[in-house]
Amino acid sequence: MKIIAVCGMGIGSSISLKMNAEKALESLGIKAEVQALDLRKAQKEGHTADIIMTTIDLIPMLKDLPGKLVEIEYVWDLSEIRQKLASALGQ
Amino acid sequence: MSNILNAAFGEGSILLNQDAANWEECFIIAGSALVQSNRTSTEYTTQMIEVFKELGPYMVIAPNIALAHASPGASVKSTGLSLVTLRNPVEFGSKRFDPVKIVVGLAAVDHDGHIDLMAALSELLMDVINVNFLLQADKESDVRALLG
Repeated sequence: MKIIAVCGMGIGSSISLKMNAEKALESLGIKAEVQALDLRKAQKEGHTADIIMTTIDLIPMLKDLPGKLVEIEYVWDLSEIRQKLASALGQ
Repeated sequence: MSNILNAAFGEGSILLNQDAANWEECFIIAGSALVQSNRTSTEYTTQMIEVFKELGPYMVIAPNIALAHASPGASVKSTGLSLVTLRNPVEFGSKRFDPVKIVVGLAAVDHDGHIDLMAALSELLMDVINVNFLLQADKESDVRALLG
């Protein structure tokens, strides 16, 4: 299972997304690697990701990736991230 | 809160009750505070503005809060933050989180050396009590006391 957290530059919201996704996965009892990536890298290297987490504004730029896209509205909201990850993982 | 935040906001990086008419003026103020505190060169400010023009309002990261930043590179001297509180709210075009009242400038030398800093920043700014405190503050010493 590979999960990527994507934001424009890879230093802002993707870092918060990665942190909260790791917390969420731990509470769901799921082992998965979460990598924070900037948009360009994600477009180039994101084809191996099972799940792509990003904010709503960047969704259109990641539509070509084969993995499941998960839209996050508020990257600091752990409960939103846990709920959406659980649903994407079929839990 | 932790000292990591006080250390990240260098001297000259906190500008309170600023006047800005639009998002670009907000970025110029937040960028100048990063330059003033010796985190970045002026090119970084230009890069932040270019990123916003290209990728849009995703940098409005939380209710009333924009995280202005570009990418690690030659224009970044050290990792740090700047803080700008706005006298009047500014529309950034974010459907969910406008209007912006606080702009945080972020400079990072690499992609993963500031994870603890982002955790501390989000912990601070997720709390609406802290946000309101910052918006009402007119002394840097009061802000520093909140930072830890």
